[in-house]
Amino acid sequence: MLSRTSQRTAQTLLRGAKPVSRWTAGPSMAARTFATVNQDIFKPTKFGGKYTVTLIPGDGIGAEVSESVKEIFKADNVPVEWEQVNVSGVETGDKHAETLFREAIASLKRNKLGLKGILHTPVERSGHQSFNVALRQELDIYASIILIKNIPGYETRHKNVDLCIVRENTEGEYSGLEHQSVSGVVESLKIITRAKSERIAKFAFAFALANNRKKVTCIHKANIMKLADGLFRNTCKKVAEDYPSVEYSDMIVDNASMQCVSRPQQFDVLVMPNLYGGILSNIGAGLVGGPGIVPGCNMGREVAVFEPGCRHVGLDIQGKDQANPTALILSAAMMLRHLGLDDHANRISQSVYKVIEDGNVRTRDMGGDNTTHEFTRAVLGQMEKA
Amino acid sequence: MTEKPTNATVRASGTSPLTSRFTCRIFEASKDSMDGKEEKVRCSQIPPEAEYERWQFQLDSAASGGIRDGIHLLAFSHYYSRLAPHDDVPTPRRHVPDGRGSGLPEGRFRIAPATNNLHDFPRHPIYTATTRRVAAIAIVDHLPAVTMLAGRAFAAPARQCLRQANRPSRWAPALALAQSRTYAEKAKVAAFKGTKGNDGKFTVSLIEGDGIGPEIATSVKDIYSAANVPIKWESVDVTPRLKDGKTVIPDESIESITKNYVALKGPLATPIGKGHVSLNLTLRRTFNLFANVRPCRSIAGYKTPYDDVDTVLIRENTEGEYSGIEHVVVDGVVQSIKLITREASERVLRYAFQHAREIGRKKVRAVHKATIMKMSDGLFLSTARDVSKDFPDIEFDAELLDNTCLKMVTDPVPYNDKVLVMPNLYGDILSDMCAGLIGGLGLTPSGNIGDECSIFEAVHGSAPDIAGQQLANPTALLLSSIMMLRHMGLSDNANNIEQAIFKVLAEGKTITGDLGGKSKTFEYADAVIKSLK
Repeated sequence: MLSRTSQRTAQTLLRGAKPVSRWTAGPSMAARTFATVNQDIFKPTKFGGKYTVTLIPGDGIGAEVSESVKEIFKADNVPVEWEQVNVSGVETGDKHAETLFREAIASLKRNKLGLKGILHTPVERSGHQSFNVALRQELDIYASIILIKNIPGYETRHKNVDLCIVRENTEGEYSGLEHQSVSGVVESLKIITRAKSERIAKFAFAFALANNRKKVTCIHKANIMKLADGLFRNTCKKVAEDYPSVEYSDMIVDNASMQCVSRPQQFDVLVMPNLYGGILSNIGAGLVGGPGIVPGCNMGREVAVFEPGCRHVGLDIQGKDQANPTALILSAAMMLRHLGLDDHANRISQSVYKVIEDGNVRTRDMGGDNTTHEFTRAVLGQMEKA
Repeated sequence: MTEKPTNATVRASGTSPLTSRFTCRIFEASKDSMDGKEEKVRCSQIPPEAEYERWQFQLDSAASGGIRDGIHLLAFSHYYSRLAPHDDVPTPRRHVPDGRGSGLPEGRFRIAPATNNLHDFPRHPIYTATTRRVAAIAIVDHLPAVTMLAGRAFAAPARQCLRQANRPSRWAPALALAQSRTYAEKAKVAAFKGTKGNDGKFTVSLIEGDGIGPEIATSVKDIYSAANVPIKWESVDVTPRLKDGKTVIPDESIESITKNYVALKGPLATPIGKGHVSLNLTLRRTFNLFANVRPCRSIAGYKTPYDDVDTVLIRENTEGEYSGIEHVVVDGVVQSIKLITREASERVLRYAFQHAREIGRKKVRAVHKATIMKMSDGLFLSTARDVSKDFPDIEFDAELLDNTCLKMVTDPVPYNDKVLVMPNLYGDILSDMCAGLIGGLGLTPSGNIGDECSIFEAVHGSAPDIAGQQLANPTALLLSSIMMLRHMGLSDNANNIEQAIFKVLAEGKTITGDLGGKSKTFEYADAVIKSLK
């Protein structure tokens, strides 16, 4: 089950992972200031016995599924107080979008903890920059963790998939640096830095170590982008030397996606730059049953934001009461583990798994016919039994 | 290229809408325009055929003095059969003096000695051009694709453009036109130009490749002779040589492919060591193969988690993330540039629509990530929308890369009626992913389409460990050759061989080891031959 292996609290995960110290020796790396993750970095605020958590429902199905999470949290008496900010990326002509976005950032900085749905990004060039990306960059939540695992009782084409994608969140192709040299010629910059590559690599290894995972695979395209992805791969390789107990390998991204659909069982922890993460997390979600059941989180030094791992807005089924809240509920459960509230987390996630395993109540994306509300009620019912 | 000013003929270098490099011939220089008046240029002034020589001569004297300033490209259109009747020639677009930006940077149009034969002109596009002092009509003449290459770095156009971008816009007149449309509507991108030889057969260059290459190529040859395909093979060797520190392909093989316009290629082992660019990349650059077509179809008899996959994916092959422009800004910070140009996008998109028509699919879908890369993928997307207007019979839509990945892996069947087209990196990843859906690269064909030449290939490795043991599976190369036959218009032969292959694979009696059988390569080929109609 997800809860046992991969969702251990991020705190223990980072505290637990003590790398072999080799860094004092390397002259080039001597003055390192980045990527030190072996400190206790998360200090969420707790007032009156309750944690305050920023809740950004997001666009599309966000409102419905976060309602479901709120209901479940309430029923379980989880000591969490929501601070809800209704940011929206849908262009409504509302001038407040930017203000609300700033407010959300401020709230997250204050609470250091958030639960978030996905915000819509318009395709039009005149539209605003992706709020999702801006938020991650602003808060420097650099590591995105996406857990891709078969849920027992829900059959898909592939069995025994259990992989975890660690994705760099703040640079790469999503740098947002683009310009038009002359009409009809556009350049888009992909930025890869050693510092950020190193910290994501360390994060991946620390994560693997703390969650009893055996293997870290670096995904890249260094055969073509020799400098950029070459830097990423070399940095990962170097970091791997600090974690001799974790097996390390690397793979080219096109091969990885091919392997992913033919033999996904071979993968364990995957670490990669931004864009490839987007691609592989979607391929991965396709393997286990869609974006509705894949939880994820974004970790930074200060702030942790939990959001569905496979970032789909779901504008098409907005307001139809069809959405699958599993991804957000499981993300919320991850958040509870992050806070050390394992009891609540287990009760909630076990109930979700039980409901899915029983197979009586399923939302449309899983081949059922039940509404979001019915699914939530089933989970609540299961929690009472437990 | 020598760039000495001479008379009469202008060779333009750089990227043109149709080829990478082209030659212009100045036909007529009117006296008035010598004084700076440009409106004298009219297509009606195109000389009757008989007067070619004379008009050219006129220009000789006029050009020697004035042409050095370069040429403004005013308009062009396709001109098919003959030069003479001016009704066929669309009126040039009006000269717009206050255009902005620059589609054709200075420095791309230079004067070079005359080379080509005048009478090749029909079939080629016409450019109407002016210089400051000389107004003229220039006829574009395609150079053989090979000569384009000489030292053309992928990055060059972008850099040039960058450099040019800030100059005072002397080129303003060219702009409005260059932006509006780069392809004439009727032109078929990358049509096959080869013709049958005296013996009624097409000649095809065959690159057998390394490792298992010769064995699987033999299978293909055997099956083709048994099926009476009107094709004659011409074996070429593309073992790279180092010439002036660069990896180059032997001239003979370049000549062969240029002459035949089409080649079939087995797997090549890229030599490891400094200075070697991958051979595939070298070939792609040499022949300017701008589109990579990758169909993936489930093979009955080989079970994977996915059934009934039948996707067609077209990938832009020359720019995007693989532009090769990268640099270290400071130690530990690398910038890699993704280059998207309207020209290259339009070319591949147009090909995609045409291909959809050819294979009878009614939908084209562009895959992009324009939410994040608003300008680069945005340009690709908006170009796609423009191009789609020229193909009213084909339904066009666009999809976000994330959704495509997700939906294809969840259920690829809805993609069976579509042609997907996308920039380089996405195409690379998704095409391999599709191959994964049907069981790997050993079963997927691939075609690299260029303006002049096209190369069809097996994309799997050369498997040196099983080379020479008759264990290899020739299916990928066979399927690629079938794509080639369709490209050449030999659909009947293609269908015949294709059904034979699928029949043998479905029966599953004589299949090779990689598919779980025990047969040798030649046994498999024999079985295919027996199944031919």
